[in-house]
Amino acid sequence: MGIVWTSLWIAATATALAALIGVPAGVLVALARFRGRGAVLLGLNTLMALPTVVVGLFVYGLISRQGPLGEWGLLFTPAGIVLGECILALPIIANLTVTAVTALDPRLLATCRTLGGGPARVGLAVVLEGRHGVLAALVAGFGRVVAEVGVAMMLGGNIRWYTRTMTTAIALETSKGEFVLGLALGLALLGVAFAVNAALFTLRGRTP
Amino acid sequence: MKHPFPPRAARFAAPLLAITLLLTAISPAGAAERLRMSTTTSTENSGLLGVLLPPFEQANGVKVDVIAVGTGKALKLGENGDVDVVFVHARGAEEKFVADGFGIDRRDVMHNDFVLVGPAADPAGIAKAARAVDALARIQHAGAPFVSRGDDSGTHQKERALWTTARIKPAGQWYLEAGQGMGAVLTIANEKGAYALTDRGTFIAYRDKVGLKVLFAGDPVLFNPYGIIAVNPARHPHVNHALAEKLMDFITGPEGQRIIAGYRPGGEALFFPDALAPDALAPITLVPNGPRPAGVGSTR
Repeated sequence: MGIVWTSLWIAATATALAALIGVPAGVLVALARFRGRGAVLLGLNTLMALPTVVVGLFVYGLISRQGPLGEWGLLFTPAGIVLGECILALPIIANLTVTAVTALDPRLLATCRTLGGGPARVGLAVVLEGRHGVLAALVAGFGRVVAEVGVAMMLGGNIRWYTRTMTTAIALETSKGEFVLGLALGLALLGVAFAVNAALFTLRGRTP
Repeated sequence: MKHPFPPRAARFAAPLLAITLLLTAISPAGAAERLRMSTTTSTENSGLLGVLLPPFEQANGVKVDVIAVGTGKALKLGENGDVDVVFVHARGAEEKFVADGFGIDRRDVMHNDFVLVGPAADPAGIAKAARAVDALARIQHAGAPFVSRGDDSGTHQKERALWTTARIKPAGQWYLEAGQGMGAVLTIANEKGAYALTDRGTFIAYRDKVGLKVLFAGDPVLFNPYGIIAVNPARHPHVNHALAEKLMDFITGPEGQRIIAGYRPGGEALFFPDALAPDALAPITLVPNGPRPAGVGSTR
């Protein structure tokens, strides 16, 4: 049960952090017109394909004692996993937010501006108006990080009772030849994903 | 249009914020003192650490974070100062680790031995071999599949030393480099009907899950000693050296050594304690009255 909980709070924290940066960034990219915007969009799309082990390796170099952030001692802690998974979720959330905002009625933006809303006010308006799409972005980001194993293994170290998540536990049980237990954990992971999605689905239903 | 958004904004953003705050609040903060130990997959997969560490943790009110990887990576984590103590099995690499100033106070903990396992039919006939290198030569000669760890672990280092002694450059269809832990390699060898070099401890722990048999054992060159080393606090001042020494005292002391000797899953000892009687040789795992085991790589 501890494993499920560890997985859940690490993935949720990483998603929340990524949302705090990714949603505003996505809105900005969607609404602003600037030179190199196409390149940014292309970059965001490319980053969606970031392999987890590459993120893991990159952050590993950053937070190892020999790395620039080594002082903080984040390697092999839940915080280290959160950092890596946040980077993993960021492009997904930003990208899908761009899509959600772009799909909105252009008259909304014009109305907001006519009514004299500042950039922050306009941004909030489009996020609220496109909340279904933004919620889908968060769900996709959460799904990505709760199901990944590369970052959790490399940055967490699969430490029992501490950084062992459902996916690293599955990897461990598989390597130990305990296939049945591994499969059971896989089903538990699916169940958790179902519960989270169901909760968000209900939340969406309540906000018309 | 003064405040058209706040009520709805709150409805949307409040749950998100609440979740974040809640999660940050309940995340396990560093309540107990933590010690980080990198070790090999064999100590973890065999279940030994599961009985060895809890008494130490309870007696001292601390947590030992175990990072189970191959010996090569375990030592690398020590070099970088990412762990406080390393518990590994590759005498040559361990001595270099200490000589290079990365670790101090290396101590013998225990030993078992390496064995060659394979399908019961033994297509290469290694059971008839006189020496470990002879057994490997038979495998190569027969072109029988052999699964290598391929991960610079202690077992892999031993395997490479044996191939070098046998003057064989293992390559070809029959030589499979898995790049995975001991348990995964035994599983692969089982599926492919292949041979593999394994420490006896892990094999005993996996014996019931795989159909492999011990086909060759007893050559003194297959002696497998484990050592524990504190990461040098002079090089990495942030390491928890005091607690590392405490753990080493425990593992090499009477209580730790008794636990190691008494760990007999399935009625068979996996490891033989070395710390209290360093000259004692395992009477069970090695050839009776055989020659003293040599160090890594020093064969005839």
